[in-house]
Amino acid sequence: MSILEVKDLKKSFGKTEVLKGVSFTLEEGEVLSIIGSSGSGKTTILRCINQLETADSGYINVAGNVFFDEKIKKESAAEKRKRQLLVGLVFQDFHLFPQYNVLDNVTLAAKLLAKEREDYKHNKKQIIAEIEEKAKVLLGKVGLLEKISNYPCELSGGQKQRVSIARALIMEPKVLFFDEPTSALDPELTGEILKVIKGLAEENVTMVIVTHEMSFAKAVSSKVIFMDDGVIEESGTPEEVFDNPKSERTKAFISKFED
Amino acid sequence: MFEREILETVIPRLADGFVVTLEIFFLTLLISLPAGLLLSFGSMSKFKPLKYVVKTLVAVIRGTPLVLQLIVIFYGPGLLATWAQGIEISNFFIEWMSSWHVMDRFVAVIVSFSLNYACYFSEIYRGGIESISKGQYEACQVLGMTKTQAFFKVVLMQVVKRILPPMSNEIITLVKDTSLARVISIYELIWAGEVFIKLNGLLWPLLATGIFYLAFNGLLTVIFGKIEKKLDYYKT
Repeated sequence: MSILEVKDLKKSFGKTEVLKGVSFTLEEGEVLSIIGSSGSGKTTILRCINQLETADSGYINVAGNVFFDEKIKKESAAEKRKRQLLVGLVFQDFHLFPQYNVLDNVTLAAKLLAKEREDYKHNKKQIIAEIEEKAKVLLGKVGLLEKISNYPCELSGGQKQRVSIARALIMEPKVLFFDEPTSALDPELTGEILKVIKGLAEENVTMVIVTHEMSFAKAVSSKVIFMDDGVIEESGTPEEVFDNPKSERTKAFISKFED
Repeated sequence: MFEREILETVIPRLADGFVVTLEIFFLTLLISLPAGLLLSFGSMSKFKPLKYVVKTLVAVIRGTPLVLQLIVIFYGPGLLATWAQGIEISNFFIEWMSSWHVMDRFVAVIVSFSLNYACYFSEIYRGGIESISKGQYEACQVLGMTKTQAFFKVVLMQVVKRILPPMSNEIITLVKDTSLARVISIYELIWAGEVFIKLNGLLWPLLATGIFYLAFNGLLTVIFGKIEKKLDYYKT
């Protein structure tokens, strides 16, 4: 069974139909890149799956859990939150918590969640120590171990984004989503983020990446989707989409990035 | 003019008045700081009737003088009771209203000051809460935090940092506004000083009250400055 299944997803904002029926699946360990021009609906797909927007119709399933089904109308905030833990999202603008240092940014949500564990009262110290240890391992992985007690305002954009990746990873999501993770960065800083994502791909972390970095998408993805005007114009392996695009629109889009 | 005996009578009287001033100040803060937060939630509520009731209340309170509110809250219930007697309404209502009429003056002061300041604070809170970017809430949500956790663990601290300057301004105004209580015969600091004009023809005790206000506000300014500095370790 696919770890991510999206069927006929539709979403409008007012009179603008942003998603006009999008379907795709993703297997565990795969990396999917979603490319396409601005306004084609890439980010909206991510926001719908991550429950930041509610789709109008369609079906979303993550790791065997129904995330959205037009037949199901009302549900409790608790159910929604339980599902939320299965997915992780890295934002374009990081959205770190400014008043917490790097370590606390990474551990905050995990610590709050741990309070709900039955054995929390008895093993409080141990649980917190474990979370902090885990955070340090992740921060080491993204190369920020020496910045552990710095505040976000003291970091560069690239460092901030690496913290936010560690912050998403600590919750151990089944699928990790990236919403244009390098678009808010100076060009010389994108490399460090792409390197981290590549590292994750090598560890078989299931990821969906909305990006404008074409050569990166080609190198890291097992699957590529080209979005155009709210529909999937073309999808396939990176070789198929980048080297032998069938659709004229895909050809036109990709040629813009070749110099 | 500054004879010892006079000094010995003036200072304790001013001190008495100052104690009442402080009582009004602290009780008002104690009630209006949390009440303002509730009002701000009301004014941001998705439940429209609540939102508009709160917004109207805030508009009326902010749009009329505190002195007038003080007088209405102190005399209003009694006047209503008198009017109710005229139109033969139930005895229970009249008794209830009359009980308000003999309401303690001090209670009337605390009620009107708390209401007034809660409304001002609620607008400051609202501005602060609405200035926090949507991204902060979204980041909390995707990390699996509840809305309550997001507000208290992430948003609130940022709001506090943002609203501290306007809040300190408002709180310093409250110190001086306590002097308005005298319109319903509360013996506060200004009254305590003024007494000596009528009694002994002395003006300086009234002028001396200024020193109390100045000293107390000076202290508050230092405290707020310290808190602001403490929150200066990060930037948003």
